[in-house]
Amino acid sequence: MNGTTSTDGATAAAASSWEDLVTTALLGTDRRPPADRGSGRQAPLALLDEAAMATVRRRAGLRPARVTRRPERAPEDPRPVLPAAAARRLATLLADRSGGGTGGRRGSSPDLMELLPQWLAAANAHGYAAPPQALPALLDAARGRTDLRPAALEFAGPRALWLARLNADWRFALRATPGRGAALPDPKDAEAVLRLWQEGLFAERVALLGVLRAGTPELARELLASTWATERAEDRLMFLDSLRTGLSAADEAFLEQALADRSRNVRTTAAELLSALPASALAARMAVRAAACVALDRTGNAPAIAVEAPFECDSGMERDGVAATPPAGRGERSWWLGQLVEAAPLGVWRERLGGRTAREIVALPVTDGWQGELHAAWCRAAVRQRDAEWSRALLGSPSAPEAGGPGAVSLAERAKLLAALEPAERAGWVAGFIATHGLSEAFQLLGVCAVPWAAPLGRAVVDALNIARDAGSYPWSFSGVMGLTERCLEPAEAGRLEALLAIPDEREDAAPGAGGYWAEAFQRLVTTLRLRAEMARELAPVSPVSPSGGAACGGVREHGGQACRASGGGVPEDTGPRSPQPPAQPPEAAG
Amino acid sequence: MAGPTVGGMTEQGVRWTAEQVLALAPDAASRTAGGKLGTAGPWSEAGSGEGTVWGLCKGSGSRPYQTVVDLADAAGPAYKCSCPSRKFPCKHALGLLLLWSGDDGSVAPSAEPPDWADQWLAGRRRRAESKQDRSEGGSASGSADPEAARRRAERRAERVTAGATELEQRLADLLRGGLAAAEQAGYGLWDETAARMVDAQAPGLAARVRELGAIPASGAGWPARLLEECALLHLLDQGWLGRDRLPDALAATIRARLGLPATAEGAPVRDRWLVLAQYDTVDPKLTTRRIWLHGAASGHTRLLLSYGAAGRAPELSLPVGLALDAELSAYPGAGQPRSALGERHTPPAPAAFRPPGTTTAEAAASYGEALRDDPWLESVPVTLTRVIPVPDGDLWQLADADADSALPLTRAARSRPGLWRLVALSGGGPVTVFGECGHRGFTPLTAWPEGTDEAVPLC
Repeated sequence: MNGTTSTDGATAAAASSWEDLVTTALLGTDRRPPADRGSGRQAPLALLDEAAMATVRRRAGLRPARVTRRPERAPEDPRPVLPAAAARRLATLLADRSGGGTGGRRGSSPDLMELLPQWLAAANAHGYAAPPQALPALLDAARGRTDLRPAALEFAGPRALWLARLNADWRFALRATPGRGAALPDPKDAEAVLRLWQEGLFAERVALLGVLRAGTPELARELLASTWATERAEDRLMFLDSLRTGLSAADEAFLEQALADRSRNVRTTAAELLSALPASALAARMAVRAAACVALDRTGNAPAIAVEAPFECDSGMERDGVAATPPAGRGERSWWLGQLVEAAPLGVWRERLGGRTAREIVALPVTDGWQGELHAAWCRAAVRQRDAEWSRALLGSPSAPEAGGPGAVSLAERAKLLAALEPAERAGWVAGFIATHGLSEAFQLLGVCAVPWAAPLGRAVVDALNIARDAGSYPWSFSGVMGLTERCLEPAEAGRLEALLAIPDEREDAAPGAGGYWAEAFQRLVTTLRLRAEMARELAPVSPVSPSGGAACGGVREHGGQACRASGGGVPEDTGPRSPQPPAQPPEAAG
Repeated sequence: MAGPTVGGMTEQGVRWTAEQVLALAPDAASRTAGGKLGTAGPWSEAGSGEGTVWGLCKGSGSRPYQTVVDLADAAGPAYKCSCPSRKFPCKHALGLLLLWSGDDGSVAPSAEPPDWADQWLAGRRRRAESKQDRSEGGSASGSADPEAARRRAERRAERVTAGATELEQRLADLLRGGLAAAEQAGYGLWDETAARMVDAQAPGLAARVRELGAIPASGAGWPARLLEECALLHLLDQGWLGRDRLPDALAATIRARLGLPATAEGAPVRDRWLVLAQYDTVDPKLTTRRIWLHGAASGHTRLLLSYGAAGRAPELSLPVGLALDAELSAYPGAGQPRSALGERHTPPAPAAFRPPGTTTAEAAASYGEALRDDPWLESVPVTLTRVIPVPDGDLWQLADADADSALPLTRAARSRPGLWRLVALSGGGPVTVFGECGHRGFTPLTAWPEGTDEAVPLC
């Protein structure tokens, strides 16, 4: 059965007589009496005798089938093998995926699935190969969570793509990595690059451009320029967008030319890219326009900034990417002003506003209520030009009262400005913010800080959590920050948290039972930190990796991933093959 | 068990791996819960020594749970935990063992157990010794009255005979009226017949009859499959009714197939037994656990069965890939792999070897051979070397790397996640696979990749 072939030879006759038996059985011996073979038994029993013989004969004669088309071998994964302990950890993290944890109150045990992203990042940083038997669970996890896909697929490596071709459930892996790995030619192979650029699919070409841009940006630009005129408008937009990586003054001529593009979206993108190059001609034109609108007003007692927004959006402005029509509810003039200031290089303001530094400029009063508009535009410019000095100035002091409120600069803009600062300075600013304003507005800001958190930031967060506990609120009001803390706090801080694990005496003004919940939440924090420390330790290379990168000098233990017993669930869903033998005792007696 | 040797091994050689610990879990939920407790966070005063592991686990209450595991007992691990869970082992015991297996220093090695742990351990050791004394004292007191036992067995044989005769009559009626009529009758007909066989104390017949009921709905070709199974049932009936004229071994096989009680009376075979596979089949009343073992010296592949009543995990658990020095005694019957686990001389420990394998052609032939001893056999345990999983439309094959010969996978194997683990492990290259090979095809249970002796469970 099932494709196993019989030893056909002289058995054609047997087969036909088997067919005969089945037909007789189906119709019944009353209706279709079998030929009397002289056994003298009742017809049905004689039929069963014969069928039993035929069945055993057929089963005993089963032989293997021919091989259908063999799959090609999966490409070799040259990366070093994952240490055994880390392979076991991966299996546990992946096994937790199905294990609920989403519904109801979180207990004191860590949320393993949330640790998977950083485990993958660390494993990728070490450059380990995934254990093959973990690939199905890894692909299933990546299928369910798109945010995991890039890291999961990088870790899963070439064998996962090989596997994905065999299972329709994992097609996303092929889509998510267009031409990743084998398909992309070596950037040095000019001929292959040119061929792919001219003949490849859109996704392959975008990927090619991205790869080239990272290494040899001018090559990518030349490639794009060679076919620019014949590309479709929406493709031009995507290609142009990939020039963001490795953008430099050398790209200016090409971008300047793209300002005359037929498609407005292409023009806007080109203008945006040019304005990010402070030395470009476009930036200079914008600087002239913006400077015309903003001036130092010395008429009052103290110096102030006077703003005169443009009266029209001329064709020159439009060509440089200024959108003429404002969105509903905004005045035309302030809309144009915002765009001019945003695209002007920030360096222009020092000279224009009396040789003042960014901090002094931001501190100047602005007349006629233009402050919001002007500062918002400077924020966008600082983000676009990644200007640390202006970002620092616009962020202001983290402990200033207006930093906590809505103010001129929104939290989302602050988060973007923070990105322009060095990690340590960023963490310091957020730590100061939390120390003054607490945690309720901090989530977004914490999200841009480098992981693991720098020591001052970590301490500020823990202190703030401690204050929140003493204030008598419930921990789940801070569940977002708590979750971030579990994932981002430096694991070495775990020791400092011991004191928070005790359940404090209940105070009158506190929410009932809050102390216990806080102790539980801190316990989960400590447990998670310990687990993260352990994860990092497990991923550390066991011994110096040999140059070949494959099986290193270690013994058997180092070789090969561990079985991922936990991931599959031990119980087959269906009844499986029948017992070779029924239980020797009736079920009733087994209990 | 002498303390010092086991203690020494526990500190170094036989620290279990996480999978081996997780294989002890009674169900998937416990596995997950135990996995979360396998970190240092909730634990305090954890230690290990002389084959035992203990620790205090902080739960939701104010008092931590006291958890002890005794691994030194060759009869398998024993657990004690002050938590109220009725799972066995509970998540705390699993978590503690995981923590210990992680070997990150949070479980103090070579420590003295605290009083609360020591009391329980001492009690266990005392009971174990007195039990041994009793068994050495003589087993004559076991069966009270051989005469009464013989009479009981005779009465049961009469009932089974009556049942087999009735079943023959029903099969004859069925064939007289035609199988097409059975399709309309549905499950009811079979369930009623199965109940009659339970009354006749022939559970083996009852189980086969119940399975007949599912065949008419099993898709194309069902009449041929139904006829096959009816014919084998008829063969079993006839075997029982004519057992006096059969060789002893075949008669014993028939008794086993009918589900009559038997004891493992074969001579104990001491060997280093490698655990090839362990899997459970669950039905509403009973969980059946099958454990395949391979003897390093004897070359035998034997089966252990263990049962758990409704929803409880069977007590015996042997992690795949470990080997233990133990004695197995075979159950009677020709071609029967079933054995009972006798004395265990060492606890299971990591084993770096794999069973020798055969080709697909030899595997198919060995099933044919085995049918000679037991025509009711569904499959035989086989290790295939150098095979490659090959997609075949919606189906899969295991193909010899070096010959144009392949075994199809069974329908059940195709729907399990283990199939994809096998495919991933192979990557289009040859692997060693242990599984069950029968007339429905091959069911892979465990695989070993090229180059390592690390077993990867597939079920």
